[in-house]
Amino acid sequence: MSQATETEVGGEGRIASVSGPVVVATGLDARMNDVVYVGEEGLMGEIIEIEGDRTTVQVYEETSAVAPGEPVETTGEPLSVDLGPGMMDSVYDGVQRPLDVLESQMGAFLDRGVDAPGIDLDREWAFEPTVEEGDDVGPTDVVGVVEETETIDHRVMVPPGSDGGTVETVREGAFTVEDPVAVLDTGEEVTMRQEWPVREARPTEEKKTPTEPLISGQRILDGLFPLAKGGTAAIPGPFGSGKTVTQQSLAKFADADIVVYIGCGERGNEMTEVIEDFPELPDPQTGNSLMARTCLIANTSNMPVAARESCVYTGITIAEFYRDMGYDVALMADSTSRWAEAMREISSRLEEMPGEEGYPAYLAARLSQFYERAGYFENINGREGSISAIGAVSPPGGDFSEPVTQNTLRIVKCFWALDKDLAERRHFPAINWDDSYSLYRDQLDPWFEDNVEADWPETRQWAIDTLDEEGELQEIVQLVGKDALPDDQRLTLDVAQYLREAYLQQNALHDVDQYCPPEKTYDILSAIKTYNDEAFDALDAGVPVDEITDIDAAPRLNRLGTTDDYEPEVESIEEDVAEQLEALY
Amino acid sequence: MKEYQTITEVSGPLVFAEVDEPIGYDEIVEIELSGGETKRGQVLESEDGVVSIQVFEGTDGIDRNSSVRFLGETMKMPVTEDLLGRVLDGSGNPIDDGPDIVPEERRDIVGAAINPFAREFPSEFIQTGVSGIDGMNTLVRGQKLPLFSGSGLPHNDLALQIARQATVPEEKREAAEASDEPRAGEGEGEGGETEFAVVFAAMGITQEEANEFMEDFERTGALERSVVFMNLADDPAVERTVTPRLALTTAEYLAFDEEYHVLVILTDMTNYCEALREIGAAREEVPGRRGYPGYMYTDLATLYERAGRIEGQDGSITQIPILTMPGDDDTHPIPDLTGYITEGQIYVDRDMNSKGHEPPIYVPPSLSRLMDEGTGEGLTREDHGDVSDQLYAAYAEGEDLRSLENIVGREALSDLDNTYLDFADRFEAEFVNQGFDTERSIEETLEVGWELLSMFPKEELNRVDEELIEEYYHEDAEREPVEADD
Ligand SMILES: Nc1ncnc2c1ncn2[C@@H]1O[C@H](COP(=O)(O)OP(=O)(O)OP(=O)(O)O)[C@@H](O)[C@H]1O
Ligand SMILES: [Mg+2]
Repeated sequence: MSQATETEVGGEGRIASVSGPVVVATGLDARMNDVVYVGEEGLMGEIIEIEGDRTTVQVYEETSAVAPGEPVETTGEPLSVDLGPGMMDSVYDGVQRPLDVLESQMGAFLDRGVDAPGIDLDREWAFEPTVEEGDDVGPTDVVGVVEETETIDHRVMVPPGSDGGTVETVREGAFTVEDPVAVLDTGEEVTMRQEWPVREARPTEEKKTPTEPLISGQRILDGLFPLAKGGTAAIPGPFGSGKTVTQQSLAKFADADIVVYIGCGERGNEMTEVIEDFPELPDPQTGNSLMARTCLIANTSNMPVAARESCVYTGITIAEFYRDMGYDVALMADSTSRWAEAMREISSRLEEMPGEEGYPAYLAARLSQFYERAGYFENINGREGSISAIGAVSPPGGDFSEPVTQNTLRIVKCFWALDKDLAERRHFPAINWDDSYSLYRDQLDPWFEDNVEADWPETRQWAIDTLDEEGELQEIVQLVGKDALPDDQRLTLDVAQYLREAYLQQNALHDVDQYCPPEKTYDILSAIKTYNDEAFDALDAGVPVDEITDIDAAPRLNRLGTTDDYEPEVESIEEDVAEQLEALY
Repeated sequence: MKEYQTITEVSGPLVFAEVDEPIGYDEIVEIELSGGETKRGQVLESEDGVVSIQVFEGTDGIDRNSSVRFLGETMKMPVTEDLLGRVLDGSGNPIDDGPDIVPEERRDIVGAAINPFAREFPSEFIQTGVSGIDGMNTLVRGQKLPLFSGSGLPHNDLALQIARQATVPEEKREAAEASDEPRAGEGEGEGGETEFAVVFAAMGITQEEANEFMEDFERTGALERSVVFMNLADDPAVERTVTPRLALTTAEYLAFDEEYHVLVILTDMTNYCEALREIGAAREEVPGRRGYPGYMYTDLATLYERAGRIEGQDGSITQIPILTMPGDDDTHPIPDLTGYITEGQIYVDRDMNSKGHEPPIYVPPSLSRLMDEGTGEGLTREDHGDVSDQLYAAYAEGEDLRSLENIVGREALSDLDNTYLDFADRFEAEFVNQGFDTERSIEETLEVGWELLSMFPKEELNRVDEELIEEYYHEDAEREPVEADD
């Protein structure tokens, strides 16, 4: 059941015990995963175990002062979200209660026992039909559009469970989400609002192999470890290494149509930052406010742990709905470890047999079910749409051998490993280029060759080789110092330093540098390679390495990232490098 | 109110009792011993007919004849502005022989979460007067920034220095406020122009440490604007789980009802976490990492997340929790989970301490995540961000060279490398090591920074904007001629 439904409640039971978010009821006639109201205050909960007459409920709200004997009522329906126009530009808690509505009802602090529908039931939307009377429509077919935000046309669809039929009437005009906008010959009324149980994936026709990159505007990601539209990625890293900054950069700049950002068990201020910043920031593709394409789910660390468990499902169900419309959706979950911990906490209150490090044995299954809901799909209505899922992982002590990281690694195809050492040196993004990988690289190369530069793959390979070589040389330098190396190796170190500082590093806090389009990513790399090639020519011609590395044109490479009008500067650097080096021999 | 003499089991800090009425989860319980002494506790689990109770003051002396009373409410803190200047024990009872406290209100100590939608992102620079913090890891109003320390290190001196010196400089505050939309009732709380009210919660610290704090508070007059909660090392461990909640409830009242800017110092979070572990073990829970409860992250978050600002409200809560890392290991669950919740951390370091640096802040792993919001033109100074980045980078380089220096010796290194080594030494000795009694304005801090950066040739300062170099670089600083390389 969703926040909007006023369902008849049936089957009343009584509380037998209360321990934190877990309540046991007796005398309740209910099904697994059904939503129930607990206690005199009617706190919202979900059935997570049934054993004889004992029904276990996880409660999405604080349970202080709730006592045995109080009533428990079932709604007879599973936890669902309200789907319809109005989700963009919204901020929800883990069970899709709009936080702005909650604030107006109960002030700055979150009280309990308050329900609010996920989408506004009174607001009217201007509906424009895209079908005519007499057209045949099937499940998830689009019958019309409403302008949900300045950026997003919300496509109103026949529900997936429908048998379809012939459109008998369809009306243009202003309607609420509950008004029928079309009626089929079967008598079925199509409204803008649908409901969907969060724990169940919405149906699709077929999952396809992704071939288009999700452009992130981050050099190291697009350049070395690209993510596909419809792909999956994990960002593990110790505290303070840059998971949230990376996720937020993706939310701001990724070339997705829709962004669903889930703050799962993390800081309140980080969500506030997004709430304050996004409306002010332009979407790089449309120039409109970023919020116009964003749905935020904020279940912070101090909010009830059961709602944290459900927030990733709420998020991905919303993502699926827009995918069904034919949009490319990017979903970020920060942090999946907090979600896993919520599972662990509930599981231990249920006294289930613990698996590795106390996590429930079904941890791996839950993680893969979640990431499986991402992908590039052909939808039932024939449209193509995608969900790219990017999960932050917060391993205890930064040790990647723990269960959440390991189980995630088995599923996702991009691994962006954050590194404490790099973060401490303020090398940001602190993505370790040796440990990270993307299994999408090959399948995305044709796109980069066609849309950016034909030698994209070769240039990237050169960068990787140079960085590898630097890694080996650094080990020697640690022992004997840089000056003990032969000239060509010293030159390689110099080039690699530009790779690290001018290419891999990118300042997410700098107005210009925070977003780097793929063309610029390519140009910066190619300028470094030009310096490399010219410098080795000079070395071959007998110029001492110190003189080569001393030219003043090369350090200008480091400022390219922060240069807005970079193209003339790239050209000028390349010319000056050539001139200054050739002057040496 | 019914009295029961139905205790069936006493185990560690837990008591189990049979009841014949429904008892609310989290409710407060009084247990009266045969000798007349009463102890307080809280319902941890409530079932039909039986409840388990966590006793704050320890279970010694409790037997089957002790009587149990359920108060029918969850734990409350009596709050009033008059708490300022008062010293309370770890359960909130006055221990300073002062007058009775007449509360304005009694508030639930399990604070409700601030709706993220109602928060205001913290951005007002707090000048602590400590260069290692202001210059490199700036604190802002409404932030939670812990000190990661080790046993025997002078973290208390640093905390006291911050509590003593912390101000929001007048013109900076105006600048920050000017950029906000104007609000009704803008103005400072009665807590003084720019000074903070201090809520201090001691958990399991020694009497000696407690005295150190109290003497300093009294000497500087800070006590008048402080509320002190004292749970000492020989006080019951379980009480430690409520002390910080009482303190934070008080802080919330002062900040959001009385418009104070409140600085909350929680020390020592390590003792708090040990108490959590003890309770978890007594309940025979499945332990998480190193025996600490699996829900410790969530539990700590319900404390740390009580820092912040609320839109449209003048007060704020800034938190400085202190923790001593067992074995100086920051991957230990206590600092690790803390770091995952707080907005950065300041490392108080053993090596820096043995070099005699005061305060012994180790800068590289320290971090303030809200620094960017609170610094720069109009907030601190235009060059702040670049200077800090460059100091970081140069210090990191210097530290790398130190290990190389150990192998090949100084002579084998280039002049520039030697400058980096000198820089690293001077950064510690001059920038960080300012003394516990020295207060530096942010301008002074940045000046020291520029003096050190000017050891390098300009080209080496690649993190600083060229215009800023022109403006602030010390042309006449002593530096090695780099041309003479080789
Ligand atoms: N690309 C970047 N550019 C500039 N600064 C960065 C970048 N990435 C990270 N940082 C810096 O690192 C700090 C910590 O990053 P972030 O908050 O993303 O860490 P995190 O991995 O999410 O940590 P936690 O697990 O504790 O949430 C930021 O406040 C910022 O100062
Ligand atoms: Mg984070």
